[in-house]
Amino acid sequence: MARTNRPVSQRQAWWLLATALAASLPLAPQVPLWLSLAAGAAFSWRAALTWRQWHLPPRWLLVLLVIAGTVGVFLQYRTIVGRTPGIALLVVFLSLKLLELRAARDAVATVLLCYFLVLGQFLFTQTIPTALLACLTVLITTATLLAASDDRPQPQPQLRHAGLMLAQALPFMLLLFLLFPRVQGPLWGIPQDRFSAVSGLSDTMSPGSIALLSQSDAIAFRAKFQGEVPPQSQLYWRGPVMPSFDGRTWRVRQTLGAYAEVPYDGLGAAVDYEVTLEPHGKFWLFALELPATLPPDSALTSDYQPIARQAVRNRMRYTQRAWPNAIAGVNEAQGVLRDALALPRDGNPRTRAVSASWRAQHGNDGAAILAAAETFFSQQLLIYTLNPPLLGGDIVDEFLFDSKRGFCEHFAAAFVFALRAAGVPARVVAGYQGGEVNPVDGYLVVRQYDAHAWAEAWIAGRGWVRIDPTAISAPSRINSNLAAAVPAGEELPFLARSDLAWLRELRYRLDAVTNGWNQWVLGYNPQRQRDLLAGLGMKEPDWRSMTAILSVLCGGVMLGLTIWILRNRLRVDPAFAAWRRFTARLARRGIVWQPWEGPLAFAQRAAGQAPRHAQSIGEIAALYARMRYGPAPQEGDLVRLKQMIAAFHP
Amino acid sequence: MNYNDAQKHIIHQSPAKTPSPMRLPELDAILADINRIILGKERPIRLSLACLLARGHLLIEDLPGVGKTTLAHVLARVLGLDFQRIQFTSDMLPADIIGVSIFDRDSGAFHFHPGPIFTQVVLADEINRATPKAQSALLEAMEERQVTAEGKTRVLPEPFFVIATQNPTHQIGTFPLPESQLDRFLVKIELGYPDPAAERELLAGADRRQLVADLVPRITPQRLIELQNTVRAVHASPALIHYVQTLAAYTRASPGWQEGLSPRACLALLAVARAWALLDGRDHVLPEDVQAVLHGVIAHRLRPIDDTARRDAETVAAALIEAVPLP
Repeated sequence: MARTNRPVSQRQAWWLLATALAASLPLAPQVPLWLSLAAGAAFSWRAALTWRQWHLPPRWLLVLLVIAGTVGVFLQYRTIVGRTPGIALLVVFLSLKLLELRAARDAVATVLLCYFLVLGQFLFTQTIPTALLACLTVLITTATLLAASDDRPQPQPQLRHAGLMLAQALPFMLLLFLLFPRVQGPLWGIPQDRFSAVSGLSDTMSPGSIALLSQSDAIAFRAKFQGEVPPQSQLYWRGPVMPSFDGRTWRVRQTLGAYAEVPYDGLGAAVDYEVTLEPHGKFWLFALELPATLPPDSALTSDYQPIARQAVRNRMRYTQRAWPNAIAGVNEAQGVLRDALALPRDGNPRTRAVSASWRAQHGNDGAAILAAAETFFSQQLLIYTLNPPLLGGDIVDEFLFDSKRGFCEHFAAAFVFALRAAGVPARVVAGYQGGEVNPVDGYLVVRQYDAHAWAEAWIAGRGWVRIDPTAISAPSRINSNLAAAVPAGEELPFLARSDLAWLRELRYRLDAVTNGWNQWVLGYNPQRQRDLLAGLGMKEPDWRSMTAILSVLCGGVMLGLTIWILRNRLRVDPAFAAWRRFTARLARRGIVWQPWEGPLAFAQRAAGQAPRHAQSIGEIAALYARMRYGPAPQEGDLVRLKQMIAAFHP
Repeated sequence: MNYNDAQKHIIHQSPAKTPSPMRLPELDAILADINRIILGKERPIRLSLACLLARGHLLIEDLPGVGKTTLAHVLARVLGLDFQRIQFTSDMLPADIIGVSIFDRDSGAFHFHPGPIFTQVVLADEINRATPKAQSALLEAMEERQVTAEGKTRVLPEPFFVIATQNPTHQIGTFPLPESQLDRFLVKIELGYPDPAAERELLAGADRRQLVADLVPRITPQRLIELQNTVRAVHASPALIHYVQTLAAYTRASPGWQEGLSPRACLALLAVARAWALLDGRDHVLPEDVQAVLHGVIAHRLRPIDDTARRDAETVAAALIEAVPLP
């Protein structure tokens, strides 16, 4: 093709620079700083080349730069394969390709690199803004591709044309998305090379660790209930259970995969719901207390926490059932109970003294000791606050008797300590409490500031019993939300504040859109696809039948578009249709009518090539010309034309 | 069939073979008269007559000595119109065209002496040798069909034609006309060298100057105005208008041209095609008419992007015709 050797014009060079910038700018946070600076320098060089019409750099220099860039990427990552190194390498190639725009084929190569980089953005984030940005970049890139073959002074026709092309591609995209056989998990989830900086619960708890989370309004998970959403005070989402205490920090100690099925029975009504869990990098799956079923690929720990077999690094969705009134651990193992009584040798003498008095009064009656502890906590007039004072050595004593101000972890830790000191097995449970129903889509949204810690005590004959010491001092934390519980004037996360109604409304809507995107676009997995196809009447489709349907539907869309485009052309004048029959007959004699040829001009030429029919050809052409171009069409003209053509046999 | 065959048919389509009630013998006589003097140039001559019938001004671009001036002269003669010639030079002033007021000592007042533009046919010879100032004086008169000099507006005679000639712009000492002024000419033609047979006949024949002097007018100016009105009444069917519009749309959408045809250019195309149809004795326009006049209308309006190989207007027009099917 000679066209690929055409030089790249100044205007096309600007187009390409803009496209390269649009495609690589969103990747700037992902690649190392030196590469961003180098790419910026290459772009500026390109701009100067275009503006000043300088000569392109020599080839040897470009070869050197490519080698330097590749070595730089290798030194940075110790590899050139993988997600980030691959993208970094592409950025190197793109910025250097811009410096050798000689002919049209270089422009096309640049455009293809840009398309690839747009795809690369999705390896890092898959949010709605990313998708919108990518759509815009694809539009610009496509317009640049058009400009590479069609150089025009104004950018609007190119952009319009590109938009039209993308709009035509849209039905195919949707069909392929919905019907192409899906693989489990998002494709871009596979080459995860780091996972960090995600806030969430940890497997230890010390004073202040959960209070820190209360400043974050990031979403932990969403839940959709089958029926009514249970009352706020029952929404205890069980997370890591921490029986081990060293005087300051509570730790997890559990047997992973202890139960493949739940080891207790339900009482009363069950609650069914579906959880969409945001990735948090841990193995925990949050479930409403107490879980009655287990999500796929998970098991229950010895302290009833569902644990996935792989760390949750992609958003995952599972259906769950909960028994709010289950009785668990009546026959608890001795080892577990021993762990739930362990205390450091010394420390917190005042609390130990109070506990000892309960023990002396009630003996082995765990339920009575529990009641005494609750009474004691309510009498202490403890204050629930986001900004508790820093505590020194005996943290339980200082909290209960001196500062009397604390967040949920202080309450839970002190309560469990006091019970253990009185000889009642108890443990701290971390997790989330509550959540907020989005009225737009009905999902319950649980955010990091809903993180909570509570206590569990083992009472003989009743098993593990949940007590929330926070609820004793600040019932509104449990019955409504965080904002209601903390004293006025304390700094709350932006989204936890409830004073701006319009803002809350906006947030609900935005969140519903994001959730819809997560559920239906990012979370469109084989299960969703099967459900959708089942809804369309296809039970258990295999990939063969799906491919067949896909081909048929794509063909259908193609046909529909073709018909739609051709419809204007197909709506022909009947006289013209007759004329086409006439010319088709002559074409069989080797006299081919050109579509741009006027009727009389054609008639004259045809008559010259077929002199025996000159007269009929001339008459037909004259009649046709008069019918299509003459001032006053006459009655019966069309019939006459059709008769003449029917009788015409060259 | 290749393109050239088809194009030849458009070019040489003989009017006599399609009898029609509209046939006007005076037009045939006019054409015959001109063709007798300028030999072997039937098509450009027909196009220039069509241009005048469509009330448009004519631009002739060619080398000196191929008969531009003669053509203008003959046209004026056979149409029975007054004729003036203005030779444009680089030191020309607007007053040289429009006229000037001179103080008359006897009456003690200024008297306006009309310039050569006050006539029915103006031959503006070598228009691109003059400076833009002088050019614009002429071009304003063309557009308004009136002249304003020293505060008084004077109407030009009716009919009023400008036939301008210009040397190819690459020649030394030319001020090329800007696109906006070129647009005021309805048609641009190139005469070119005569073919060998016609040239031999020219060399053997009588003195052209004498032949021109012997011509008699075939029509009156009044009849010319009537003919111009007839041209305007020639029917253009929806299918034909669609065709003209498709041609223009194609020039705008396809990458081959700098800018597409403007709506004014489309109107020009339709007007000349109407005149061409009338010359052919028809009361309606056919696509053949549009195709036959296309090169004259687009030659000075449409520039191909790939302008390096200076293709002539007919080649450019042919490429356009071939690219757009009839609707």
